[in-house]
Amino acid sequence: MTDLLAEYLPILIFLVIAVGLSAVMVAASMIIVPQKPDSEKVSAYECGFEAFNDSRGQFDVRFYLVAILFIIFDLEVAFLFPWAVSLGNIGIFGFWSMMVFLGVLTIGFVYEWRKGALEWE
Amino acid sequence: MIIQALAFYVFAAIAIASGVMVVTSRNPVHSVLYLILAFFNAAALFVLIGAEFIAMILIVVYVGAVAVLFLFVVMMLDINFVELRQGFMRYMPIGALIGLVLLAELVFVGGAWTFSGEATQVMLAKTPEIAAVHNTEAIGNLMYTRYVYLFQAAGLVLLVAMIGAIVLTHRQRDGVRKQRIGAQIAVRREDVVEVVKVTKGGGV
Repeated sequence: MTDLLAEYLPILIFLVIAVGLSAVMVAASMIIVPQKPDSEKVSAYECGFEAFNDSRGQFDVRFYLVAILFIIFDLEVAFLFPWAVSLGNIGIFGFWSMMVFLGVLTIGFVYEWRKGALEWE
Repeated sequence: MIIQALAFYVFAAIAIASGVMVVTSRNPVHSVLYLILAFFNAAALFVLIGAEFIAMILIVVYVGAVAVLFLFVVMMLDINFVELRQGFMRYMPIGALIGLVLLAELVFVGGAWTFSGEATQVMLAKTPEIAAVHNTEAIGNLMYTRYVYLFQAAGLVLLVAMIGAIVLTHRQRDGVRKQRIGAQIAVRREDVVEVVKVTKGGGV
């Protein structure tokens, strides 16, 4: 347990440095820079966009389809990792169990290909 | 060991604080971003208890995919969030009731876990020593053989999700001119090129 966490110690140190450095940068720029707020400074310049409106824009539903198909294949790949690691232990049954799993998802893949869900227009 | 305890309290505190911010922040996009922060901290907590694989999957699947999906949902739905907030006091009692029920369930689970001696034995028996068998390997040793039906059920759930998403959101649009590569390649020279003998002064 402790060995495992010792391997993660560099990541923790990295995280602390990253958070600390960004905090110092933000704080220093707030302290050192002269602050003279003006409404003209944040207004749009000539043909620019309006700076502060709602960040929610309407999206096409097709983006959602692409994202959800991505999640499904992402999960499929996530199942492959432990299988690949312990393939020597689980034998021929474990191998075919994964092949059936992949076959089921390949049916879905063929379906989505034939339906044209992977094409944009 | 002190670093471990310190890291646990920092990550847990940030996770709870960002969870509170998910519920209370005004802008729903900010809520999703705080949710991503909460996922990251939960992943760090998983690493602290030695569940490396779950932590990495949490980052890859939840931060990489589910959070993006939430952002899409927040962006796509045309909800007036000011209007949505107006019934806050009206829905407060039922929300508080559901919260209390969930809290009571958590207390019961925790209490049963603490007071029954059997539970700790089961927990000790199931988990192999982390130095001997790696976390990812320990999952792999059980999931594809012993829990094969649940594994295949997971595959079927993914299949249903895939087909359901396509059926619900995929629309075949009319009047779209697609590139048909097969038809392009199958074109023969005789069909599209014609050599015309042009007589002198006759025109085509």
